[in-house]
Amino acid sequence: MSEAVAHHDDLHDHKPTGIGRWLFSTNHKDIGTMYLVFALIMFFVGGAMAMIIRAELFQPGLQYVDPLFFNSMTTMHALIMIFGAVMPAGVGLANWLIPMMIGAPDMALPRMNNMSFWILPFAFAMLLSTLFMSGGAPNGGWTMYPPLVTQLNDAFPFLIFTVHFLGISSIMGAINIIATVFNMRAPGMSFMKLPLFVWTWIITAFLLIASLPVLAGAVTMLLTDKYFGTSFFDAAGGGDPVMFQHIFWFFGHPEVYILILPAFGIVSQIIPTFARKPLFGYESMVYATASIAFLSFFVWAHHMFTVGMPLAGELFFMYATMSIAVPTGVKIFNWVATMWKGSMTFETPMLFAIAFVMLFSIGGFTGLMMAITPVDFQYHDTYFIVAHFHYVLVPGAVFALFAAIYYWLPKWTGHMYDEKLGKLHFWLSVISVNVLFFPQHFIGLAGMPRRIPDYNMQFAEWNMISSLGGFVFGLSQLLFVWVVIKCIRGGEKASDQVWEGAHGLEWTLSSPPPFHSFTTPPRVTDAVAHS
Amino acid sequence: MLFIKLRNILCACLALTVLTFPGPVLAEYGLNLTQGVTPISREVYDLHMTILWVVTVIAILVFAVMFWSIFHHRKSKGAVAAQFHHSTGAEIAWTIIPILILVAMAVPATQVLIKMEETEDTEMTIKITGYQWKWHYDYMNEGFDFFSALDETSNTIRQLKSGLNPDEHENYLLEVDNPVVVPVNTRIRLLTTAADVIHAWWVPDLGWKRDAIPGFINDNWTYIEEPGTYRGQCAELCGRDHGFMPIVLKAVSKEEYADWADEMKLAAAAAADESGKTFTMEESMAKGEDVYKTQCAACHQANGEGLPGAFPALKGGAIATGDLPGHLDIVINGKAGTAMAAFGGQLNDAELAAVITYERNAWGNDTGDLVQPADIKAAR
Amino acid sequence: MSSSQGEYFIPEPSRWPLVGSVALFVAFVGAAGMLNGSGFGTFVFGIGIAALIYMFAGWFSDVIDESLTGNYNKQVDVSFRWGMSWFILSEVMFFAAFFGALYYARVLSVPWLSGEGNGFLTNQILWSEFTAAWPLSAMPDPSGFSQFQEVIPWNDIPLLNTIILLSSGVTVTFAHWALKKNNNKGLCWWLAATVVLGFIFVYFQAGEYVHAYQELNLKLDSGIYGSTFFILTGFHGFHVTMGATMLLVILIRAMKGHFTAENHFAFEGVAWYWHFVDVVWLGLFIFVYWL
Ligand code: HEA
Ligand code: HEA
Ligand code: HEC
Ligand code: CUA
Ligand SMILES: [Cu+2]
Repeated sequence: MSEAVAHHDDLHDHKPTGIGRWLFSTNHKDIGTMYLVFALIMFFVGGAMAMIIRAELFQPGLQYVDPLFFNSMTTMHALIMIFGAVMPAGVGLANWLIPMMIGAPDMALPRMNNMSFWILPFAFAMLLSTLFMSGGAPNGGWTMYPPLVTQLNDAFPFLIFTVHFLGISSIMGAINIIATVFNMRAPGMSFMKLPLFVWTWIITAFLLIASLPVLAGAVTMLLTDKYFGTSFFDAAGGGDPVMFQHIFWFFGHPEVYILILPAFGIVSQIIPTFARKPLFGYESMVYATASIAFLSFFVWAHHMFTVGMPLAGELFFMYATMSIAVPTGVKIFNWVATMWKGSMTFETPMLFAIAFVMLFSIGGFTGLMMAITPVDFQYHDTYFIVAHFHYVLVPGAVFALFAAIYYWLPKWTGHMYDEKLGKLHFWLSVISVNVLFFPQHFIGLAGMPRRIPDYNMQFAEWNMISSLGGFVFGLSQLLFVWVVIKCIRGGEKASDQVWEGAHGLEWTLSSPPPFHSFTTPPRVTDAVAHS
Repeated sequence: MLFIKLRNILCACLALTVLTFPGPVLAEYGLNLTQGVTPISREVYDLHMTILWVVTVIAILVFAVMFWSIFHHRKSKGAVAAQFHHSTGAEIAWTIIPILILVAMAVPATQVLIKMEETEDTEMTIKITGYQWKWHYDYMNEGFDFFSALDETSNTIRQLKSGLNPDEHENYLLEVDNPVVVPVNTRIRLLTTAADVIHAWWVPDLGWKRDAIPGFINDNWTYIEEPGTYRGQCAELCGRDHGFMPIVLKAVSKEEYADWADEMKLAAAAAADESGKTFTMEESMAKGEDVYKTQCAACHQANGEGLPGAFPALKGGAIATGDLPGHLDIVINGKAGTAMAAFGGQLNDAELAAVITYERNAWGNDTGDLVQPADIKAAR
Repeated sequence: MSSSQGEYFIPEPSRWPLVGSVALFVAFVGAAGMLNGSGFGTFVFGIGIAALIYMFAGWFSDVIDESLTGNYNKQVDVSFRWGMSWFILSEVMFFAAFFGALYYARVLSVPWLSGEGNGFLTNQILWSEFTAAWPLSAMPDPSGFSQFQEVIPWNDIPLLNTIILLSSGVTVTFAHWALKKNNNKGLCWWLAATVVLGFIFVYFQAGEYVHAYQELNLKLDSGIYGSTFFILTGFHGFHVTMGATMLLVILIRAMKGHFTAENHFAFEGVAWYWHFVDVVWLGLFIFVYWL
């Protein structure tokens, strides 16, 4: 295969230089890098807020922060982690990898690509500026339920406009990804030859386009309710506060799959590589992903079982939610079947991928428990929920992102990362993340509500353990940053293929790849496709 | 080697958690859902345990296969990769079997849910209204009602940097001034609603929680079999003191309940009497301080200084030291779209008069105004 | 210098995306300032909008230049097409949120408040005076809302506007046919007709708003009816204005002879957008005015 692409390197890259290279970039790799760096920064900002939460919850009594500020921390932590860390990291990977995986020189709409990135720093500047406003930063939860959220003062319009702003960015990013995959594939790269990472991103992009405008509409109604006298969410005028929740979760549930589907894609690339065996059930993986995305539009009210819906509604949403376990199960089984009879090695990306499969499943199982409406009446709004979604988000989405970085970093930088440190990062993370979140199942079941800054003694031990786990997990991430920096600055030279078992077009490019990935379309044969 | 050691520790931990997590032993240590004290709560608990076991077994099977290949199909052991990449039979099996399991889980879940939503044939009704940050209980058939808020001791301890030890108070944050009292072995209808923002009324021992939504009534029921004191908390983020609006429910015998209800009715009559009275400044200030502490201090703070940006200071505040009618208006009618509720519906004339008098004369707001219940009546 | 390598075209670095991000940022901060009642909010907002217009002008003129110099091949054209189609889908979903709100209010919350279905106790205990109706002129708690007696009937201006907008859909199609026959004159005339129809629509809609506000006392704060009415028609009217403006730009470009029978994506993109606005109006006409 390599002869088809071998002459890339002599096509000279005219890289723009200076700060303009980044500000005005139309290059998918530079933009991808900016996305990833931004996401990492936001992960630390959101993580620092989580540390404040965990510090206050370390023991009962109020030691450090006012309850209002605590609520701001919870709210901002979630908004920053979701919209500032995990989503941009996913888009960053898409930017870096999709053109390289489908044999294109760049994204289809490079200028728009740059705008969808550059909105982010401004949007988060807007959001973070609310920390210094009178009345404090948004403190009504990331779910922004009225009428509580409309009690917010100066920060309120900033919150709403930040959501609009981020929506614009994500929609542009998603449009770009779809246009790229639909239109920029190298000859011969048929849809059923696309690497799964690309597939999961097409579907994610579709979810983004279909769900974010709905969120924009929902928050617009919040805005008019507060400032222009409308009564969408006010019973006195014929509206209903619960209406907001329906609209919000119509966005919100697809949103959680927006966070996890790219992670599924990543893991589907990594496991075959280190099992040295083709992915099991490629087609069923594609269909399962599509089914998850499709179903995700019909399950939203499982977040609202306790609002008092009519029985028929409760039953419908219970059944629909349970059904998502089937396609998700297919994915899990396919990954396990890929490992089965493989010839496995356990480099850092693989370790994170394996941890992902296991710990995401645990999060999925608790999700399934919460899908059972009558029992969710007990679980709802307790730490059991917090445990559920952190399992799917942290050892789920975030671990997959770590795996991706370790997996592709040698390709991007041309250097191997420090395997010893990488493994250390993994073991520290995987242990501490369980110490951090597993006990939250217990305190949740024992009756501790979420979003509270203080609690009764009966929850004290496990909260302390959880906080300790949190601090260790947080500190371990400093190690990650060090590994990445070290790798960028130098290290053992990486080969083009990097990993013995790696397949796919991106591995046919040099390490690091040329500035414009494929300036002439590669020939796609069965041998390169199907990782 | 460090890694291997860590790995062993991890495996041990995982094995331990997988093995013990659902065990009934843990229930005793407050690690599991309560079984509760109603027929429904026990069914909910059983359902919870069933699903927990189902997913635990599935987890063990799936992870066992995974770890089997991790240990046996590794390159370092000389494993050579097979090249198969699909198996229609396996794929159909692991689609169909989960579906069957899910159906089997859905059946009992549906049955319990239908039972929970069946609210007919109740013997008494209590309307529960959530306020920022207290609960209001209205015994609709008996004709009395009251507020229930965090108890004084917890409230002192929970202040930021109070330096007090929550350990000293057994029911820290789970105690209230006026518990809600109900008879055992009675089918009780509990209606939830709210006055300002959404709250959720939750006593784990009853087996459910339900949102309290302003402008709407949610319908629930319970049937408590064992006398006792059951504690819970507001379970929907409702602002600054969401963590500090507990619920204490006392289930007593029917006789005890009847006695208690009689007392409450007498007290209600006495309070209505007060509204015709004329107060002296001292009486008014003393009563006003009480009312202020329970009703207003959560936002405007005990020292009247509020929290800048969120809750305005009343100490030297424009309204609290300004025209009396403006002051009466904001306290009685509240201010739409803000956290400032209409207290006209929550407090009686005497209480309103007292608290306004207090605000106009405390913390150096020396207006000298003495507001009487009659003034309130006129202003309503 | 743009590079067109093989089959692909990649634009050179551009400052417009950054200008656009900054412009939006300034506009949002300004708007937030306005809502918070700060004195310079309006000024900041104005600057932001001006910058935004500057960005659009600059960005599109770059694109037009590239297109005219023949940099764009089939591939780029298709990318633009995908981009525009998915953008329109996102707009559809934006309107779906408001249609959803209308559906929810009419079919669920208003009937509940008046005691239907799950709402029996809600009505009995909290809103016993309230009975459902649509248009909802008597709110559950009428204090603080603008009461209206009548609403705008469907068979008046709205019907006229429907005819106008549907005709404009036809004229834009005629323009397209003319373009495909390389008949530039026909293109310009039909386009001009479309633009005129579009602005007439907006003019009538504005008149209707004045009528609603001044004579019917039907306002944004007229309970859920007023809320859904104005948010849906308002956002639609805004989209028509944008669409008509875009058509105007296309008209000017057509007069300059920018389009050929083979290469006219800009025209088509705007035409699609116009049809989308048209379809949304049909939804509005049926669900907001008629039923
Ligand atoms: C990445 C994000 C992510 C993902 C993937 C999921 C996945 C799932 N979630 Fe979760 N969820 C969240 C993020 C996520 N969730 C968040 C953030 C919240 C809280 C929001 C808030 O309130 O702030 C939440 C809340 C939440 C609730 C609301 C709880 C409440 O507030 O009361 C519910 C209820 O049904 C739920 C269910 C599920 C289910 C059924 C899945 C399923 O997709 C899981 C499917 C996976 C499996 C089941 C495991 C693997 C399957 C097998 C091995 C097959 C065999 C299994 C069986 C047959 C049992 N989630
Ligand atoms: C992708 C999303 C995501 C991610 C990655 C995380 C990551 C973490 N989350 Fe979060 N979380 C949410 C999404 C996420 N969370 C959501 C949606 C909510 C619900 C909000 C709501 O209720 O509205 C929530 C709520 C939430 C709560 C409940 C708050 C409450 O209900 O009051 C808690 C409490 O423990 C918590 C903790 C943590 C911790 C410890 C991490 C850790 O994984 C973070 C680790 C990272 C770091 C720590 C940063 C790196 C290191 C440093 C900054 C160095 C300094 C370190 C030290 C000083 C130790 N989160
Ligand atoms: C849940 C929070 C909350 C509670 C409890 C509360 N208030 Fe307020 N109060 C507010 C807020 C918020 C405002 C500011 C409203 C605005 O934006 O004008 C306010 C404003 C006021 C003002 C006007 C202050 C000024 O100068 O603008 C007075 C007087 C007042 N409250 C009295 C009371 C009294 C008396 C009580 C108790 C009986 C009380 N408040 C309880 C939140 C609260
Ligand atoms: Cu009331 Cu939370
Ligand atoms: Cu969900």
